[in-house]
Amino acid sequence: MTETSTVEAPAASPGRPRSALGAVATAPAWVRYALLAAGLGFALWLPNGLYPAVAVDMLCWALFAVAVDLLLGFTGLMSFGHAAFWGTSAYVTGLVAIHSGAPFPLAVLAGAVAAAVLAVPIGYLAVKRTGIYFAMVTLAFAQMIYFIANEWRGVTRGENGLQGVPRVLPGVDLTDDYYFYYAALPIVLVGLFVAWRIVHSPFGRVLVGICDNPARARALGYPVHRYKLVAFVLSAFVAGLGGGLFAVAHRFVALDVLHWTISGKAVIVVVLGGIGTLWGGLIGAAILVRLEDWLSFSGFESIGLVTGGIFVLVVLLFRKGIWGSVADLVARWSARRRE
Amino acid sequence: MTGFLQNTFNGLVSGAFYALLALGLAVIFGMLRVVNFAHGAFYMLGAFGAYVLLAEAGVPFWWALVIMPVGLGLFGVLLERTLIHRLTRLDPLYNFLLTFGLTLILQDLVKSRYGVQSSPYATPGELDGSVDLGLFDFPTYRVFILGFAVLVCVAVWWLLSHTRIGLVVRAATERPELTRAFGIDVGRWVTPVFGFGIALAGLAGVLAAPMRAVNPLMGADLIIVVFAVVVIGGLGSIFGSVAAGFGIGLIQAWGEAYAPPILSQTLVFIVMAVVLLWRPAGLFGREESPA
Repeated sequence: MTETSTVEAPAASPGRPRSALGAVATAPAWVRYALLAAGLGFALWLPNGLYPAVAVDMLCWALFAVAVDLLLGFTGLMSFGHAAFWGTSAYVTGLVAIHSGAPFPLAVLAGAVAAAVLAVPIGYLAVKRTGIYFAMVTLAFAQMIYFIANEWRGVTRGENGLQGVPRVLPGVDLTDDYYFYYAALPIVLVGLFVAWRIVHSPFGRVLVGICDNPARARALGYPVHRYKLVAFVLSAFVAGLGGGLFAVAHRFVALDVLHWTISGKAVIVVVLGGIGTLWGGLIGAAILVRLEDWLSFSGFESIGLVTGGIFVLVVLLFRKGIWGSVADLVARWSARRRE
Repeated sequence: MTGFLQNTFNGLVSGAFYALLALGLAVIFGMLRVVNFAHGAFYMLGAFGAYVLLAEAGVPFWWALVIMPVGLGLFGVLLERTLIHRLTRLDPLYNFLLTFGLTLILQDLVKSRYGVQSSPYATPGELDGSVDLGLFDFPTYRVFILGFAVLVCVAVWWLLSHTRIGLVVRAATERPELTRAFGIDVGRWVTPVFGFGIALAGLAGVLAAPMRAVNPLMGADLIIVVFAVVVIGGLGSIFGSVAAGFGIGLIQAWGEAYAPPILSQTLVFIVMAVVLLWRPAGLFGREESPA
């Protein structure tokens, strides 16, 4: 597959969200390493700058956003049902941690695997449709999972939720959120690395090709459905890592983790950060988590009013997202310098 | 036998709500290629509006049945002109997100004013009580809903099949490019059709007020089931959406009566899965060109 560039390549259909991979991939190496170092430095400093509990939430949502962007930005599929994977992993992680007392990374891994397994049948059915239908189908299946969790009280404890999810790590006391942040960070970095590897693998290039022009990819002989399904399952796995960590971080799993608003929030976090930028989702997640925390801290009850307002504004005025806009500026600036 | 007929009748009544909502979604989608996530929020506003009109201004049900659809329809027109319109040329996903955001806003506005508890709405006096349908007695109000919804669906069908506007809407729904190529100004009808679709959602909401719990979240959970309904029927097909609406109502009612709750709640999604396997474009849909 050829390198895609946001500026010149003709869009497959007008206004379609498409991969913006090119902007960063073509930046000079020192810029990329500097960005990586700055990002890592920021991640290491983060719990010193704000409540560690909020920082942990940011980590979980960062994984979630990257998972959704893998599909939306790199495969051209908008999943509006990723709460199913986030939430299923949260429940499975919680159950494993409570009943086995396993170290939390293992519990999270079990949750993420469960999410990936669930994604196989859902993805198999959903990839039969594209575009807006894909969004509706995933949304509907996620709602089904929500109903099942609501009815299956023996396991999920219904409205009470799973309480007392332990944070086990042999030899380390993780009661303090500050230390838990540093224990969780490696898992998040592994998840991000997996996403980065996927995008920059030959497999990822095919995905981008499918995203930009499905008919061409099919004509070139790629089994488009199978590629989409694999991307869907991988995305569910990464989302599951986030959801599992979220369960351990909060020591509690409630039905909310499966709610459709969570799926929608994940999508808007990606749009806010920049569709198809992969790392933009991290920024989007950090902003939304911080904002919601600040709103609830200041006693403002109608959070939906603000998040809904952000949705509307971002979609109307800021569709490139933060990372996308910055990358565009950089690309324009370096183009002018070359002249 | 009586029990079965009763369940069937109840299924048709809840199917009537699905059908009205799916009908609005389908006409809007047909003209604008917009899947209106806020459709459930407008249904909720219809019900809440009826409640507020009665509780705070003493306006009876029958007036609400006129005022709310007209008012919400006008609101829909305004919405289309100010916001939706800006995104219709882009990927439909953007309008889906926009209307999702609107849903959160509308829900929270109502929630912050009236809380999350359900507000009671009395059945209008004329429709209180029950009628004898031969084998069993049935609440008059439900009979009214079913009759009224069928009437609305037939009226819309008549509009679509016997008027010039209907001709344009049908043509634009089924073959948008071709319709434009014939020199028909599709754009002129976009805003009124959007308003009309919203009005249908408002109407369904007013009808629901005496029967269902009126609360800010009543629309959101319903609309997701309606999405499954239109995937089953095929969103491009107006008839398919209505038929699937009634069909799913029936299946759910039978499921509630004869299946364990975990199954009856998920039946609609299982049907959707089967349809996706068997006819991915929906029962009455046509495979769309890859968008």
